[in-house]
This record gives sequence, structure tokens and C-alpha cells, in this order.
Amino acid sequence: MTVVGVLALQGDFEAHACVLERLGAQARVVRERADLAGIDALVIPGGESTTMTLGIKREGLAEPLRDLVGAGTPVLGTCAGLIMLDRDHLDVLDVRARRNAFGRQVASFEEELDLPLGEASAGAEPVRAVFIRAPWVEEHGEGIDVLASVDGHPVAVRQGDILAVAFHPEITGEDRLHRWLIDRANARRPEGETGFAREAA
Amino acid sequence: MGDNGRSTGTFRVKAGLAEMLKGGVIMDVVTPEHARIAEDSGAAAVMALERVPSDIRADGGVARMSDPTMIEGIKEAVTIPVMAKARIGHFVEAQVLEALEVDYVDESEVLTPADEANHIDKWRFKVPFVCGATNLGEALRRIAEGAAMIRTKGEAGTGNVVEAVRHMRAIQGEIRRLGSLDESELATAAKELQAPLDLVRDVAERGRLPVVNFSAGGLATPADAALMMQLGAEGVFVGSGIFKSETPAVRAAAIVEATTHFDDPERVARASRGLGAAMAGLEIGALEAPGGGGLMQHRGW
Repeated sequence: MTVVGVLALQGDFEAHACVLERLGAQARVVRERADLAGIDALVIPGGESTTMTLGIKREGLAEPLRDLVGAGTPVLGTCAGLIMLDRDHLDVLDVRARRNAFGRQVASFEEELDLPLGEASAGAEPVRAVFIRAPWVEEHGEGIDVLASVDGHPVAVRQGDILAVAFHPEITGEDRLHRWLIDRANARRPEGETGFAREAA
Repeated sequence: MGDNGRSTGTFRVKAGLAEMLKGGVIMDVVTPEHARIAEDSGAAAVMALERVPSDIRADGGVARMSDPTMIEGIKEAVTIPVMAKARIGHFVEAQVLEALEVDYVDESEVLTPADEANHIDKWRFKVPFVCGATNLGEALRRIAEGAAMIRTKGEAGTGNVVEAVRHMRAIQGEIRRLGSLDESELATAAKELQAPLDLVRDVAERGRLPVVNFSAGGLATPADAALMMQLGAEGVFVGSGIFKSETPAVRAAAIVEATTHFDDPERVARASRGLGAAMAGLEIGALEAPGGGGLMQHRGW
């Protein structure tokens, strides 16, 4: 079984865990360094980016998270998760996010978004994207694929096996982004080997 | 609706912000300086108000919405969400708070109620509302009125967690009981709870409230926060407990840590060390709400 770590310092980590388990993966709550052992993929959820930043510092998680992503572990970040991955935070995704870019809560919105994700979305319906005090990508490097934009600002980007979006697929029943994550995790390891099996061994 | 079916102020967007606050601590602050301390300590949001509940309790008189200048000062001081309180039923205070673009309105029993028969019709607003509840029926009535987040109604300003525990146990116990009922019994339960049947059915099916449920009222220590989380809270509000203690910044960070690691006693122990004196606290039996009329939690219905 594919083991997906979900950073659970604060935010909507349970919503992500529910989607992952519905797809047959094992969701592992990550609060300390030891929780990262043997995971096949990582989710950084929505939440408050300042709270999460302080939590990562308190737990000494910045370096192990950087190492994990540097080793090629597939990552999905949503909203605050996008911010955590950017140049000013974990610095593993070559973008600079602008926090609360769309404004305060009364400006939070949802809309339809086309999100080309390869096989997982071939011929698919648009995503119902929920933006809550959301960031956008203010600037990005050349290695970044911009998958979707709103009002001219990138809100979904991909850099190799890192997928970061400014909205919240996890609270709308949308599961294509999580399927992409699990597919990427399964693609990069030998048949039959999983974090679960490695741990049991 | 505009291009791409864009819509603002939907229930999903309102309830979604509460989802993002989960596992976090929302702190009462009365100045921009307090707000910065709260943010630097890891608060997921702040509640901007003129006086913390223990001072409202001590001062007596009518407690109202805060001065807009004060709320704006706090909004400018921090980047985390800013909440503010309106009196129960005072929909114009709520309109003012929406115009000020606060991120959440707390229709709160800590302020003096403005309407003794009706709560605010929260569906009319784009800003989301959090409301207090002492039991499941009260929580579902507030959700039916449009509340996008629920919190327990522990006795504010006392530093005594006993009422928050009572409310959380009542809500969780009633949810568990609904799960064991058949359809005709659910109809009876809806009548007894004085709550809409469709919401009662939804709770019975899912085994949880349809919105996020935090704990509030009387929390003063890291262990209090972890206790409420273990009892089923999805996050906590801490009011007087932080800025009425000896070392607010240290205590605030410790409560944040204990809320994250609520099920790890060693981490709660570590967070509990060396915090200095907690707020003094009050026995519930000896209390009157300011201006008489019993406890604050009996305001609203």
C-alpha cells in the first residue's frame, strides 16, 4: 500500500487523509521527524501559513522535509502548502507565493478551473476550485509548468513531481490531484515495494 | 456568478475557512501588540475585542461590539485571520463587522444580548459566523440559521474549563446516540432537540457535526487545550487565559504546541513546563453574568 505522509501541524489535514484513504492509500499523520520514515509521498495541507511555519521550526522539520523532496518524493501542496514549498519557506519549489493575494475572507470564492494533469485528467471535467484567503504565484522560474491561472495569476504549478495549487481540492470531493500524487509515488519505486512493506521488513 | 461560475460567500467557502483553522488556537487580543504576540506564538487566528471576558465580567455593564478603529488596528498588525464579536441578534453590528472585512463574526454570549428571541439570520451575510452551543440541539439551530462553525460555550473569563467539558461531552454524547437510532426515532429526536430533521439525519449518518466544532470558554493551560481536543474539539479558542497569565507569549506558544500534540502526553508535559502562574480563575458556583441573570452561557438558546 502506498503510504502518504500528511503534514498535520495545523490545518485541514484530515480532509486530505480522507481523500487518500478513499483512494486506497495509507495516510500517515506527520507531526514529528520520526513520522517521515518510509513515506512514499507527502501532502502539505491548507491552514495558516504562519502557524505552519512556526510549527515546522519548532519540530525541526525544515531540513528533513527538504531532504525528502530533494530525494524526489512526490509532493502535493494546497494553499498554505503551496506557500510552505516556495522560495521564502522550504525553498524546494522555484516560485514566490503572495499570501492572501485575493484578499480577505469576504473575497474568498469558488469557480471552475481547467487543470491539465496528464492521464489523471484526460478529457475530464473542470475542477471546482475553492479559494480561501488564497495565495497566488507572484513569480516563478523557468522550470515551472503553470497548469492554471485566475485573473492572470498562476494558481496551479508543477515542477517535476511537485504539484502546488492555491485552492482546496480536498474539501470538494475532488480526487484527481491525490490520484496524480499516488500515481507518481507508485511510478518511482519497484513493483510491489511500498513504504508499508519497507517499514514492516 | 460571473465567468467560470465564480461565486463568493458560499457556505462551502465560509465553512472552508473553519476547516483551515483546525488543529489551531484562536486567541483573544485587545491591542495590535497582543495580536502580534499571538501571531508570533503560532495562533491560527485572533479574536479582536476591547476587553477580554474576565474584564467584561469584572466591569459589568453592557458589553458591545468593539470600536472599528481598534479592530482595524489589529487587522493591520497581523496577516492571520481576524475575528470579532457581535451581540446575539444584533445584525447591524454584524453588518458593520462585515463592512470592516473581518474574517469571521462570533455571535457571542460574552457580549450583552441585543435580542432575546432571535439570533442573527446568518445566511444573509458573506462573512462567515461562529456561534456557541451548550448541546447538540443548540448547535444545529445555529447551523440552520447559517453558522459555518460551532464552538462550545464554556463560561468565558473564568479560567475554569468545567463548562466547556460539559458542553463538549453533551454534544459528542448526543451525536453518538443519534447514530444508534432508526428513522422514526430520528424524527422524535429532532423534535426533542428542537432542530431540523434534515440536519439531525445528516449528523446521525456522518457521526459528526456538518461544520467544524471548536472548544471555547475557560481554557487556561496546555493541558486544558489537550483535554478538549481529546474530547473531540477540532481546535480551541483561548480568551483571558493567555493575556491574563504571567507570561503570555510563552503560554500562548505552549498552548499551540499542546493543541497540535494533544494525544502525546510527553509533548503536553513538555509544553506545560515553566509557564509561571496561570490566570487566577473562578468557581462557577459563585458566578453571576455581568448585570445579573445567571451565567453567560445561558444567553442565547
